[in-house]
Amino acid sequence: MNTDEHTPLWIRGARVIDPSVGRDDARGEVFAKDGRFVDKLSKSDQARAQVIDAAGLILAPGFVDLNCRLGEPGLGARESIRAGTLAAAAGGFTSVVIMPDCLPAADNVGTIQLIRELCDRDASVRVLPAGTLTKGHEGKALAPIGSLKKAGVVAVTDTTSGVQNNEIMRRALEYAAMFDLVVLDHCQDSSMTDGAQMHEGAWSLRLGLRGYPRAAEEIVVSSDCVLAGLTKARIHLQHLSSGGSAEIVRRAKAAQASVTAEVSALHLLLTDAALAQYDTHLKLNPPLREEADRQALIAALVDGTIDAICSDHSPCTATEKDCEFDLAPFGAATLETAFSAAYEAIVADGHADLTLLLQRLTCGPARALGLDAGTLRIGGLADIVLIDPKATWKPSAKTLLSKSGNNPLLGRTLKARIRSTFVGGKLVTKDGQPSK
Amino acid sequence: MAKQESWTKKDLTGIEELSRAEIEFLFRQADRFLPALAPGKGLDLMRGRTVVNLFLEPSTRTRTAFEISAKKLGAEVVSINTTASSLVKGETLRDTAMNIRAMGVDAIVMRHSSAGAARYLGKALDISVVNAGDGAHEHPTQALLDAFTIRQRFGKVQGLKITILGDILFSRVARSNILCLTKLGAEVTLAGPATLVPATLKEAYPQVRIVHDLKKALSGADAVMLLRIQHERQTTTHFPSLGEYTSQFGLNAERAAWLKPEAIVMHPGPINRGVEVESEVADGPRSVILEQVRNGVAVRMAVLHLCTGAIAR
Repeated sequence: MNTDEHTPLWIRGARVIDPSVGRDDARGEVFAKDGRFVDKLSKSDQARAQVIDAAGLILAPGFVDLNCRLGEPGLGARESIRAGTLAAAAGGFTSVVIMPDCLPAADNVGTIQLIRELCDRDASVRVLPAGTLTKGHEGKALAPIGSLKKAGVVAVTDTTSGVQNNEIMRRALEYAAMFDLVVLDHCQDSSMTDGAQMHEGAWSLRLGLRGYPRAAEEIVVSSDCVLAGLTKARIHLQHLSSGGSAEIVRRAKAAQASVTAEVSALHLLLTDAALAQYDTHLKLNPPLREEADRQALIAALVDGTIDAICSDHSPCTATEKDCEFDLAPFGAATLETAFSAAYEAIVADGHADLTLLLQRLTCGPARALGLDAGTLRIGGLADIVLIDPKATWKPSAKTLLSKSGNNPLLGRTLKARIRSTFVGGKLVTKDGQPSK
Repeated sequence: MAKQESWTKKDLTGIEELSRAEIEFLFRQADRFLPALAPGKGLDLMRGRTVVNLFLEPSTRTRTAFEISAKKLGAEVVSINTTASSLVKGETLRDTAMNIRAMGVDAIVMRHSSAGAARYLGKALDISVVNAGDGAHEHPTQALLDAFTIRQRFGKVQGLKITILGDILFSRVARSNILCLTKLGAEVTLAGPATLVPATLKEAYPQVRIVHDLKKALSGADAVMLLRIQHERQTTTHFPSLGEYTSQFGLNAERAAWLKPEAIVMHPGPINRGVEVESEVADGPRSVILEQVRNGVAVRMAVLHLCTGAIAR
C-alpha cells in the first residue's frame, strides 16, 4: 500500500502503555491522522488507513532523549544528522535534544539556524537543539540566551565544559530563567579532574590511569542544588554517575529545589570493572563507576529522584578510539542500544516494571524540559514505538545505523527490542533499519 | 606447584598476566644467563634477529640495559627515542609500530607515557612486545629484576617482609612490584605520604598493608624498596616540598637501623641522593642497587629470549 503523510495510522492489538496518563490497555488501539493522535478514525479514514496488527508487542510514546550529539555541524566524521537521527529512531527515540558543542559551537543564532536547516533536510526524528550557556561554552561570558531561545533552543548548557565559576553560573541561571529555559548542567569540578581518565577507585589504581573522583561530580551537584534555591531557576543535572550525587538530589528534591536529573543507560548497566582491558569505547565522561554507584543510580531512578534516562550518545570515529587510552576522546555511540541496556538493568534484573522504565524514557524527560512529547495524548504528536519485550538481539557494527562504530555493546546479547518507530504517524524504522 | 616447563607468551606487557610458575621459569632462565654478563662472554641465541627499542619517554638506564641484553644475546639493536621518532609528526602508535614491523623486526621494546600502551601494541602486532614502562601502569622487567635480586640474596621470596616506600600512586615500578612480590608469596607493605599512598590501594591490592608511619613500615622488614620521587610527574598538591619529604620519609642510617639486621635496601634508579635516600645508605653495606642493575641485564636477556622464542617461525 502506498502511504504518505496524509495516510491515517491505525495500530491495534498491542498492549498500550502511556505513563503520562497512567494508561495500560492489554489490547488497545491507537489512531493518528495528519501527524497527530486522534481518538477515532472515520469510516473513510479507516478504509484508507495503514493498519498495523501489533499483537504481542508493547506500544508506547516515542522516547525523548535529553542528551545526545549528532556531529553536525563541524564533526561530521563522527556522526551526521541523517545517520544519527535514523539511529535515534532505531533506538526508539523520536525527540532528541542535541548538545551545543558542535563546531562552531551553538552559541549564536546563525548556528542554530544552520542546525535547523540541516534537520529540515536530513532528520528522521525531532531534533531539539540546546544552546550554550556561555560564549564558546568557555564559562566566561554569557551567550545571547534570549536570541537563542527565539531561534528555537529548548535548553541551554555548557555541556562537558561545565561552568566552573559559581558567580557566572548564578547569573546564567537567573538570566535563563527569565526566558523560562532550563539549564542543563554537566557536573564536573575540572580542578579535580586534570588528566582524569576513569573513575577513581581500585580499577584506576590497578590500571595506572588518573582517577576522576566522585567528589568532582558531587561538589557541582551540591552547588547546583544550592544555586537552584537561590535563583529559583530550573536546573537539569545531566548524566549522574555517582551514588552520592543521587543522594544529594534526593535531599534537594525533598526540600522542593527546582532540580531534575538524568542517568545514561550505560551507567545503569556497566561499571568501571569493564575497563580492565583499557577498552577505549568505554572511556566516558562522566566515567563508569562502581557497583555500589550503579545500584544507587538504579534505586534513584526507581524512586523518582532521577527523572530521565538519556542515551548520552557521543559518537567518536574508529580512528579516534584506536589509540592509547589516555589519548582517546570520551564518548560512545549509544542511541540504538540505550533502551535495551536500560531494560536489562531495570526490568530484566527485577528492579522495576516496564511501565516505570517507559516513564523515564517518555514523559519523565519531556516534563523535565517542558517538551511537547512523550505522550499518547489525543491531539499530541503521533510519535510511537512498538517494542518486543521478549526479543533478544546482538548489535553489530554492520547493521547499526549510527555513522560511528564505537558502540560498547557490540556483540553483547541484549534483551527487548524496538520493532517499529513512528514519527508524526509515519513509520521511520523497522527492526533497526530505515523503513524504505 | 607444577614446575613451568616452557614459555608461550610472545609479549611481556605486565606482571599481571604472569603466573608464579612463569615468573620462576623466567628466573631459572636468567640464572643461566648470569655467566654471560662477564666481559667478552656474549651469546648468539638471537643472532640474526633485530630488536627495536621504541622509547617514547626519556630513559637512559632501562634503554641501555635492554640494548646490552639484546646485544649479549647476539641480536641487532636499533633504538628510537621520542625526539627522533615520527610520532611527533602526528603518526599514530599503531602506524609507527606497523612500519617497524614491516622492516622485519623480531621484537619491540617500548616505553610509553600512556598506561595500557604496551598491551595495545601487543594486540596490534604479531611480533614480540616487551613493556619497558607504560605510564603509571607497569614496568614488569624492573619488578622481575627486583624479585630476582631478593631471591639471589635470601634464596627465596616467599614469606619475606618487603616495604615499598615513596610515590606509589604514580609509580609503575610499585604496581609491578606489588603484583610480582605478592605472586611470589612475600608480605608487602606500602609506605609514604597519604597523598601518594592512598588508603584505596588496599581495595586494589587486598594482600598489601598500608602504613603512613615510617618506623612501623620499616621495623622488621627484610627489604625496603625506595621509589624515585619524580618531581617532574607530581603536581605540587601531593606533598609540600622535597625537603619536607626527606624529613618525613627519607631513608638515612638512623632509620635504616629499624630494618632487620640482614635487610637490604633497593632502588630502581636513578637515585635522588639526599631526597629519598642519603648517600650513607645508598652506598652502604645494605645497598644492593648495583646488583639490581647487573641482574637487570640477565633478566631482560631471559625476557627477550623467551618472548621471541615463543613465536613459531
